[in-house]
Amino acid sequence: MVKHYETVFILTPVLSEEQAKETVKKYKEFLEQNGAQNIYEEFWGLRKLAYPIQKKTTGFYHLFQYETERNDLVSLLELNFRRDERVMRYLTVKLDKYGIEWNEKRKKQQAENKNKEKNKIEL
Amino acid sequence: MAIDPGIKYLTPINIDTRVKKYCRFRKARIKYVDYKDPDFLIKFVNEQGKILPRRVTGTSAKYQRKVAQAVKRARHLALLPFTTDLLK
Repeated sequence: MVKHYETVFILTPVLSEEQAKETVKKYKEFLEQNGAQNIYEEFWGLRKLAYPIQKKTTGFYHLFQYETERNDLVSLLELNFRRDERVMRYLTVKLDKYGIEWNEKRKKQQAENKNKEKNKIEL
Repeated sequence: MAIDPGIKYLTPINIDTRVKKYCRFRKARIKYVDYKDPDFLIKFVNEQGKILPRRVTGTSAKYQRKVAQAVKRARHLALLPFTTDLLK
């Protein structure tokens, strides 16, 4: 059975934005190699944290949404997160049917927003 | 009318003017409470960041459970504080 998952993780602000993106790329490749399909990602950039984590007040947020048939993918991914010093926090959630619906809407909205921004720049 | 003489009201109390509370999820047909949206979840916590009870917000039991879960997830990801002063 294909299951939908969603993972959000926070990287340390010690990294530069390029380094953060590289790390993200590494995890995306990891997902691809381990049987995740339809990967959707969102890079939220450097955000302020609501409370300090590891004495840091900001962090790079990144979101992955993916489908997989493998049962051990999430635990593998989280094992890697735990071993990685650059990851301060992570959260993986299995999406129910309403969650999937909601995220489809969200994706559309994000795409529209991007288009709008592009149009603004062109104008 | 046999009103207890100990209590005297200057204006008669209106019982009918009480506004009926409603569940905003049922009204707006929202099926999923997103933990990634702290600006929305902030409506369901008080100034100290505590989750507001159902009797205050009027949320139905089904969605109150989902709200509580979403707030807790948002706290884990530092999108909402566990505790503060003057959040609003």
